[in-house]
Amino acid sequence: MKTNDVLLRNVTKVVAFIIFLFSLHLFFAGHYNPGGGFVAGLTSAGAITLTLLAYDIKTVQSMLNINTIFITGVGLLFAVGTGLLGVFLGKPFLTHVFGYVNLPILGKTSLHTATLFDLGVYLVVVGVTLTIIQSIGESD
Amino acid sequence: MMNNLVLFPILVPFLGAILLMLLPKKIILQRTAALIAGLALIAVSLFLVFHVKQNGITTVNIGNWDAPFGITIVGDMLSSLLVFTTSIVLVCVIIYSFYTIGKPREKFLYYPAVLLMIVGVNGSFLTGDIFNLFVFFEVMLMASYVLLVIGGTKIQLKATIKYLLINVIGSGFFVVAIGVLYSMIGTLNMADISQKINALHGTNTGMLSVAAVLFLFVFGLKAGLFPLYFWLPGSYFAPPIPVLALFGGLLTKVGVYAIIRTFSLFFTKETTFMMPLLGILALITIIFGIIGAISYYDLKTIVIYNILIAIGVILFSVSILSRESVTGAVYYLIHDMIIKAALFLIIGVVMAITGSSSVKKFSGLMTVKPTLGWAFFIAIMGISGIPPLSGFFGKLLIVEGAFSAHEMIGGILVLLSSLFVLMSLIKVFTRGFWGEKSGHLTLTIPYRKMMLPVIILLTLSVLYGVFSNAVYPFIADAVEPIIDPNVYIDAVMKE
Repeated sequence: MKTNDVLLRNVTKVVAFIIFLFSLHLFFAGHYNPGGGFVAGLTSAGAITLTLLAYDIKTVQSMLNINTIFITGVGLLFAVGTGLLGVFLGKPFLTHVFGYVNLPILGKTSLHTATLFDLGVYLVVVGVTLTIIQSIGESD
Repeated sequence: MMNNLVLFPILVPFLGAILLMLLPKKIILQRTAALIAGLALIAVSLFLVFHVKQNGITTVNIGNWDAPFGITIVGDMLSSLLVFTTSIVLVCVIIYSFYTIGKPREKFLYYPAVLLMIVGVNGSFLTGDIFNLFVFFEVMLMASYVLLVIGGTKIQLKATIKYLLINVIGSGFFVVAIGVLYSMIGTLNMADISQKINALHGTNTGMLSVAAVLFLFVFGLKAGLFPLYFWLPGSYFAPPIPVLALFGGLLTKVGVYAIIRTFSLFFTKETTFMMPLLGILALITIIFGIIGAISYYDLKTIVIYNILIAIGVILFSVSILSRESVTGAVYYLIHDMIIKAALFLIIGVVMAITGSSSVKKFSGLMTVKPTLGWAFFIAIMGISGIPPLSGFFGKLLIVEGAFSAHEMIGGILVLLSSLFVLMSLIKVFTRGFWGEKSGHLTLTIPYRKMMLPVIILLTLSVLYGVFSNAVYPFIADAVEPIIDPNVYIDAVMKE
């Protein structure tokens, strides 16, 4: 008999969105508060895993349509790229640059290239976690 | 800044691996990109060797944080030479993989795994921070797990479980060892640790001995030292030949390098029993290696036990720690990396022709492929140390060093080990290559293409032996920081 999990699916639609927002918060909080790329990546992957539980793998793949290994590679490129930024500026590898920039809406904001490195970490964590979950889920 | 040059042997294969990860299914692209990354690595590391030769030890503080606080990458002559040798072995193995590894494996991220393993190996050689060494060990090990299991045959799965288990335990102890050292000394930078240990002056050295034994346990496990080598013959028997050549040529040598680096920096002055202990274990390793090498009729297993003998010889000469013996050890280390890779690749060709690695199953290979026969013969002569070839000079210095340090038993054992190495392999040569043609010989393999990397490695090995005088200034530079740690410390701390 096919069970009707309408409750689970509807709750997931709301909750997965909140989890994702929370992971974004964790990501940007990392420099001054607990958080950072690793936890943020794990919570994002958690949100996607929740949708995986509520729906099935094919639905989620058609919703997201991403190649997880590709994401991992792009994340690594971000991490190495921010490192190479230091090399191009004539400083040692992984020397970061930071400064205060006046952005249109947000006003005076401190920006740091370490965030880009963190973005790399984030993408790698999401990519690796989803690769693990998908490949275990798909194998019979 | 020129100093970033030191990092390029790590960055080049890393970038290569990332780019290859993005397009896993395009085999032609994978092959060319992997080869280009390998050749770029050779160029960069050769440049590094000459840069270090001219300007002394080159360091770079990652992220522009000064020495004891940030991670320092240190390129001294020993690590530069090892990185250069690694890159040569890498390129030969990549070329060899084109024709032997098979499309399914190539489509399943084989080349990225190889390049990531080289990231780990090169990083372990170049780092100047003990925890960073741990991280690079893990990078190397993770990639080696993948390489060991990729393809998923039954024997590979069995071997991977053993290998994985033993290395996870080893890594656990590595963290514990670093924890013990950190709780005593309070720093992770190797040069800084060395300085602070020297400042202890005899107080509190009991715990230092504990840390030393823990480090010996960990690195001995990776290198295959006597009571800890039990995983090695089984695990190395499983993977396909190009992977085996990488493992046999590089992985155990990283353990040896880590022993040389940490023991020369940390544990020589304050602990009196470490070096004799290392020497005794190394000698027992030689004996067990000999027993294994002469008792098997399987070509792969014989060479795997020969790895143990070489590890024993190198670590024994390191334990004497005189200028002569360490020079011999460095000579022998580089020779052994090249010749072991060459030998494994030759075995691969033999196995491709005969379909078996047991010498009882075939004979008369010489009548079919004379080049292969003579290549194998030269490799045997090189590995056992016949004078014009590469194994000779290192062993000569090792034996001289042993005798002048009054380690008679050790010196004689090293000499005897050469004899047994020769015996174990010449047995293969006489049984498998001479005699009447028999056994199942298939000749439909890409023989010439498979022989190319073998010939390259053997030529280099012969040249290394013939021109050992030209190499000597480089080796002498490499030995300097091992004998006198202050050279290393001054280069890193720059005060």
